[in-house]
Amino acid sequence: MKTLLVAEYRDGELLNSSYELVAFAEQLGAESAMFLVGSDSALPTYNGTLYLADVGKYGEFNPAVHKQLLLDAIAKEQPDMVVFAHSSYGWDLAPRISLALNVAHVSEVIDIVDGVPVVPACNAKLRRNVKAKTNQMVLTLQGGAFGLEDEPSGSPTVVSVDTDTAAQVEFCGYEEAEAGGVDLSKAEVIVSAGRGIGKPENLAIIEALAKALKGEYGASRPVVDSDWADHSRQVGTTGQTVSPKLYVACGISGAIQHLAGMKKSEFIVAINTDKDAPIGEVADVLIVADLKEFVPAMTEKINNL
Amino acid sequence: MKILVCIKQVPDMESRFKLNSESNWYEGTDLAWRMNEYDEYAVEQAVQLKGQVGDADLTVLSIGPDRVKEMMKKALAMGCDRGAHIADDDYFKKDPFEIASVIAEFAKDQGFDLIFTGMQSQDRGSGQVGVLVAEMLDLPSITTIVDFAFDGGQITVKRELEGGIKSVIKATAPALVTCQLGLNTPRYPTLPNIMKAKRKELLSIPISDLLKVEGKQETAKMYFPEKKGGGLVLEGDVADLTDRLIKILKDKTAVLA
Ligand SMILES: Cc1cc2nc3c(=O)[nH]c(=O)nc-3n(C[C@@H](O)[C@H](O)[C@H](O)COP(=O)(O)OP(=O)(O)OC[C@H]3O[C@@H](n4cnc5c(N)ncnc54)[C@H](O)[C@@H]3O)c2cc1C
Ligand SMILES: Cc1cc2nc3c(=O)[nH]c(=O)nc-3n(C[C@H](O)[C@H](O)[C@H](O)COP(=O)(O)OP(=O)(O)OC[C@H]3O[C@@H](n4cnc5c(N)ncnc54)[C@H](O)[C@@H]3O)c2cc1C
Repeated sequence: MKTLLVAEYRDGELLNSSYELVAFAEQLGAESAMFLVGSDSALPTYNGTLYLADVGKYGEFNPAVHKQLLLDAIAKEQPDMVVFAHSSYGWDLAPRISLALNVAHVSEVIDIVDGVPVVPACNAKLRRNVKAKTNQMVLTLQGGAFGLEDEPSGSPTVVSVDTDTAAQVEFCGYEEAEAGGVDLSKAEVIVSAGRGIGKPENLAIIEALAKALKGEYGASRPVVDSDWADHSRQVGTTGQTVSPKLYVACGISGAIQHLAGMKKSEFIVAINTDKDAPIGEVADVLIVADLKEFVPAMTEKINNL
Repeated sequence: MKILVCIKQVPDMESRFKLNSESNWYEGTDLAWRMNEYDEYAVEQAVQLKGQVGDADLTVLSIGPDRVKEMMKKALAMGCDRGAHIADDDYFKKDPFEIASVIAEFAKDQGFDLIFTGMQSQDRGSGQVGVLVAEMLDLPSITTIVDFAFDGGQITVKRELEGGIKSVIKATAPALVTCQLGLNTPRYPTLPNIMKAKRKELLSIPISDLLKVEGKQETAKMYFPEKKGGGLVLEGDVADLTDRLIKILKDKTAVLA
């Protein structure tokens, strides 16, 4: 079994998620080679062949051109699997590759059992084993699903790849997340509001519980997208990563992108009307209740302690 | 200007799922169905674009059984001009490549200037269909957009990356974009618009007219994950629950000390 691992580079640096791909290949006991549009001044610590295209020439985001560079590496390497992170880079490039190769493409793989990729469905309430009907396949891996145990080491054997394919879109630069707001990473207790709060007025009961516990309030993405809370309070892959002593998730289902931002909390309490909500997988205590009743009652008891 | 928006119907994620008899998908009965959340943003953006350019024709497309027409009527009430329902009772056995091929086959001779899709579906979440459609039609595509502007044939979008960073991308129409949560604020259809939508064209096309490829993958098995977390599940009376949680917090954490 041969894998080609598609590493990622952003803002002048190799992304650490690239090493999760290495862990995946190791777990599979597969041979691997790596592909990167990056720079020889920031090479991955990796033992093996690295197909390297110069980011100075091709840019960090340039799908049509990266696609051609990667297809050239695939033609040289002839891997059984082309493996990406399920990230903004990976889910953008992977379908372009699977279509060009005319092969099966399995997204957000969390495990491989007897050679068959396993993926989540319905907000991780269900699992699916996906059978490819083609010999070669393209995979994207869920972040964190294949962790690296040891610090990576080694240095790659570099093979340059080049193309004169024309770009289809123009990359005009990055925009940082707005600065300011609260710094959730410093809070010892975070009480977060999810879509289950129903309406913006109910944020007050979440804030009150946070205050009673001498903490800050946080939010899931829909609450921020609806402008009920500031973006600095969003917990998850596109917000903050937090690890407080206590995290209380109120009306939050527990989507993977939210879990990624809070699952390292020391103690997790979830309040949810749905007993099967995936937040139950990481919660130390799941209270099956309507937050509109439970949260104010809890606040009052704490204030009276 | 011609615009296409593709929408999928998905079950409410708070549903209690049951497996079908073959254990390769969930049972479709007893579920509440709704428009894929990401697609609501796609419809809204398409309607806003039509409002901006004025002279535009906006088609909404969905592949699925008869029940998807209910959701398509919502899109028509939000402001789409016409609906193309690709009728397929067996749609669930199709992989993203087949779904994309059907959409591309429908779109190929129609000269759409812009195509909007969701970045992913809530039930399956491959995040493939949009990009595949664009590649099949040889159009530029930009994924995961959280901001969209159109000016004289040029689009400028922001792509969302991890950690809240965005990248600014420009492309020239015709193009396809896949919409991320928070792109805009999807409107609620008003009653007059719901009435008007009833008179809008909603064509049904049998999938056999458009499906010319075979899938590349199938679901071998669907199942519930094993519960790993040994977390405590507490149910019952609220007053009692608060007492129990306070005791647990005192025992297991230092936050009430
Ligand atoms: C009841 C049910 C049973 C299923 N059973 C199986 C099964 O047995 N095996 C299997 O492999 N798959 C099964 N599926 C999933 C399959 O139909 C996928 O939904 C399909 O392959 C598209 O992939 P996706 O949803 O991951 O698309 P994504 O790539 O995540 O979707 C992105 C975007 O593409 C567009 N889009 C996606 N689907 C449609 C559509 N139908 N009509 C219009 N636009 C669309 C939307 O804009 C969407 O936001 C089932 C789905 C359902 C609802
Ligand atoms: C690329 C990408 C990045 C993302 N980044 C993030 C991120 O950084 N952070 C983030 O949070 N999400 C992120 N998301 C979105 C994520 O996938 C989910 O859509 C989101 O986390 C859902 O938020 P929620 O749990 O509040 O809402 P829902 O999933 O709608 O859940 C609401 C929950 O509330 C419960 N509930 C309803 N009423 C009550 C009540 N009265 N009492 C108690 N419980 C109740 C329901 O049972 C349900 O479990 C991202 C998605 C993508 C694709």
